Amino acid sequence: MLSKRIIPCLDVRDGRTTKGIKFKNNVDIGDPVAMARFYYEQGADELVFYDITASSDHRPIMIDVVRRTAEEIFIPFSVGGGIRTVEDMREVLLAGAEKISVNTAAVKNPGIITEGAKAFGKQCVVLGMDVKQVEKSAKIPSGYEIVIHGGRTYMGIDALWWAKEAENLGAGEICLNSIDADGTQEGYEMTLTRMISEAVNIPVIASGGAGKPEHLASVLKEAKADAALIASMTHYGNYTIKGIKEYLKDHGVCVRMNW
Amino acid sequence: MIAIIDYRAGNLTSVARAVRRLGYECSVTDEHKEIIHSERVIFPGVGAAGKAMSDLKALGLDRVLRDVYASGKPMLGICLGTQIIFEHSDEDDTPCLGILPGVVRRFPEPLMDPDTGIRLKVPHMGWNGVDWLREHPVFSGVDKDASFYFVHSYYPAPSEEDLIVGRTLYGVPFASAVARGNLVAVQFHPEKSGRPGLNILSNFCKWDPDHA
Repeated sequence: MLSKRIIPCLDVRDGRTTKGIKFKNNVDIGDPVAMARFYYEQGADELVFYDITASSDHRPIMIDVVRRTAEEIFIPFSVGGGIRTVEDMREVLLAGAEKISVNTAAVKNPGIITEGAKAFGKQCVVLGMDVKQVEKSAKIPSGYEIVIHGGRTYMGIDALWWAKEAENLGAGEICLNSIDADGTQEGYEMTLTRMISEAVNIPVIASGGAGKPEHLASVLKEAKADAALIASMTHYGNYTIKGIKEYLKDHGVCVRMNW
Repeated sequence: MIAIIDYRAGNLTSVARAVRRLGYECSVTDEHKEIIHSERVIFPGVGAAGKAMSDLKALGLDRVLRDVYASGKPMLGICLGTQIIFEHSDEDDTPCLGILPGVVRRFPEPLMDPDTGIRLKVPHMGWNGVDWLREHPVFSGVDKDASFYFVHSYYPAPSEEDLIVGRTLYGVPFASAVARGNLVAVQFHPEKSGRPGLNILSNFCKWDPDHA
């Protein structure tokens, strides 16, 4: 049976991870490669790097992180943040990432999804979606709208429509981030996740709001997500991947226990 | 030296990285001589069957791969590489290498989980188990409950049962590991499957089919 995936997300700025970490082990907490290695050994099923570097001048630093990570871990990992062109994608994939994710660039230029899928295969192209709940309207019938700039800019695009459109354009996977739930640690956006997951025939990664193992169990079972993104839960040492997976297994979620 | 066949298909660097990490020299190559004189051959690939076969032919590698198999050299197929080893793929209705008897089929649409009745997504992407049907040196030391990373919409359907070493269930049961003589081929990505995957690659790098 196909396992549900648990995916830690590492925010990287200028080649360093940004969130404070309280690992007891001797992990260099600012080094994304050391953290990736740590999570790989702890049983993460996949990793996501999110490059929040402000300037594109620092791009080579991220490529170096990707290259060094690929030497260390032998599970898939994806890279998002600042990818705007097929050439950006190629650079990241050649450095050893399995997938690239596009978010704002795809909203502004949907053709990038198709171009990426044609050049590298659909499985390489993840659509990142940042979503906020709004009043239902003729323009936003699902009541969920696509936003960019961390939720400051509303794009007038219905999230449900965009998910289906991205699938048609050739996206291989959707990473669905609820801006409302993000950072709350009070649980994933269940209604949104279920709506999108049932509407598309590509895997959906739930993102935003994870604070307890119960949250993962709910989103993976009731909201039918294929994978769950986590950050603070494990970054701050409150939970381990193994502990989360044991909880999920005990609650009827199929997870990879042998690594 | 291990030759990793370069036919412009997908991310070949990850296989090379894993092999080097295990301490073996390898070369990602389309040079006929280098492949023929290598100690063993890995045939990976991500992409579509039609394009892959036309690229292989354009590079003359279809012939080289048949020769490699005939030579008795250890040979490992991965993902698309595995599919192309069979006679025909439904993907782009492509005649393939025909090294092993059988065809490559697309997962049926809609694909349903026979136990739960829930619709399954295609591609089959993520970690799944393998039901090992018999022992083989390349798969020795692999735990029964180990999972492997899969990404595919088509699957191998060998026409001879005795080729199948491991089977995976995703809506339908399919051959996820096959072997015959000096050839082993897997549908999953050992280079992306953590420790159990590296275990298989390591076994392959040491495997001597003549002393099975």
